[in-house]
Amino acid sequence: MNAVIELAGVTKAYPGGVTAVRSVDLTVAYGELVAIVGPSGSGKSTMLHLIGTLDRPTQGTVRIDGHDVATLTDRQLSGLRATRIGFVFQQFHLAPGRTALANVADGLLYSGVRRKEREWRAEAALVRVGLGDRLDHRPHQLSGGERQRVAIARAVAGDPAVLLADEPTGNLDSVSGAGVVELLLSLHSSGTTVLIITHDREIAAALPRQVPMHDGRVV
Amino acid sequence: MNRLGFRDLVNLAAYGLHARPMRAVLSALGIAIGIAAMTAVVGISSSSRADLDRELAALGTNLLTVTPGQTMFGKEATLPDTSVPMIKRIGPVQSATATGLVPSTSVYRTDRIPAGETGGLALLAARSDLLGTVGGTLARGTWLVPKYPTVVLGATAARRLGNVPSVYIAGRWWTVSGVLAPVPLAPELDQSVLVGWDAATSYLGFDGHPTTVYTRSADAFVEAVRGVLARTANPSSPDEVKVSKPSDALAARQATNAAFTALLLGLGAVALLVGGIGVANTMVISVLERRAEIGLRRSLGATRGQIRIQFVAESLLLSLLGGAAGVLLGYLVTGLYAVTQKWPTVVPLWALAGGVGATLVIGGVAGLYPAVRAARLAPTEALAA
Repeated sequence: MNAVIELAGVTKAYPGGVTAVRSVDLTVAYGELVAIVGPSGSGKSTMLHLIGTLDRPTQGTVRIDGHDVATLTDRQLSGLRATRIGFVFQQFHLAPGRTALANVADGLLYSGVRRKEREWRAEAALVRVGLGDRLDHRPHQLSGGERQRVAIARAVAGDPAVLLADEPTGNLDSVSGAGVVELLLSLHSSGTTVLIITHDREIAAALPRQVPMHDGRVV
Repeated sequence: MNRLGFRDLVNLAAYGLHARPMRAVLSALGIAIGIAAMTAVVGISSSSRADLDRELAALGTNLLTVTPGQTMFGKEATLPDTSVPMIKRIGPVQSATATGLVPSTSVYRTDRIPAGETGGLALLAARSDLLGTVGGTLARGTWLVPKYPTVVLGATAARRLGNVPSVYIAGRWWTVSGVLAPVPLAPELDQSVLVGWDAATSYLGFDGHPTTVYTRSADAFVEAVRGVLARTANPSSPDEVKVSKPSDALAARQATNAAFTALLLGLGAVALLVGGIGVANTMVISVLERRAEIGLRRSLGATRGQIRIQFVAESLLLSLLGGAAGVLLGYLVTGLYAVTQKWPTVVPLWALAGGVGATLVIGGVAGLYPAVRAARLAPTEALAA
């Protein structure tokens, strides 16, 4: 078992007849860096939700870190997300008014780690993404690129099996975007499994493996 | 699964409120007003009660009064002249004294007042030991000199007659020797003009029948004495005697205030209910606004239960803040009012604990529905917001 993500014949249909993902097979091994790339409406976001265990497939099986999502309760899925999956969103989703350190530490709130340990790990994660000198800055005092770095620090602070990044450069200018991609590459080279979802072919081209999607299928 | 620690939960709740401080303050204010109203109502009524208890303790609850009732045929009865010495012979009785109404005789300021303008003041013949038994004191001047035509004015009578050196009764000037302070246990004395027993007999044709007998007994035997008073005062027709305990009347006046207190308490409860609805409203809006936060927390691994308890905790904290402020405010209002009334400030512990307890219940109930909605939100839907 060396696949962190295993999708077999996965279909996701929404009530009302929209089928966002059609019989997709996808296997991602530990340590890989993969881009799911496609235009809007191609089913990328649904893929993120399925892989992130935020949603369940209509058909097929999704295995994350060896767990069949269909067999887990909502509580168990929450536990899986807390400890094995790290999310990075296009909109950063940082708590306003909370310091970078607090934002990252709060990411570990649901993983059962003690407060001191959370702060210690948060600081280490922020140092890792190059924000060791911004620990006490609040989101509004940070640039867009720095905010996304805080979000990435939050995602990797718990040392997840896989880092899911949904359009991580979508809200950034090209320079900051390139910096964020570089950070994800360096995290990958130090062993983290990274899955980036993007519509940007240029970014995808810089990554070792691309999974192009169109109309809900992997093409 | 991992449970949130208490401190983490408090931090989460505080974070939610801290993000929108103005809204938190306003909705907590609703609760605060309700709790303050209820605390103040209970506090003021308890303080007044404490004041009465203090007053009664000072006045004593062992005073009994004996007055003539009516005969079988509906005529005014009289008490026998011997009733005072008879009552004094009852074992536990400590003292007994009497006043007698001097009938159809009025008191005037001067000799120029028309006879019809009586002023509504009773003229009473008083035994010289009256004050000691009823617990009265002189506001100024001296007590009656027996046999001489002097008067002592009750507090209300003095106010009506004004500061006069003498009054005009039955064609004669009577010197005012003193004025009584109000007598709480014998308020009828306040509206009376008192003359000496012997002076009344010799100058006013007083018949010597006592119309009110006042008696004090040892505290433990008050009820026993009460049981035998009528038969002792008038052995031949005990049915024509009324016995009462003035301290009971004072306490009863307090009891009628209780109905008013209940009404105010009800109003406070309505304010509290409105405050609770305000909190529920705030929480519902908060959940709608914070869908993205809920989605993020779910993606960070929060279970439904953890989302639910976060919002319940926030609602509890919100109402608890309001409740604490309300209890404090209610206490201050009580204290302020009690000071102006010269009462002791008493807010019973159960009212304080009840106030805080009520806010916890309200916070829990008000927060439950929004919290359940927040927890039911699908993570993907929350993130899409």
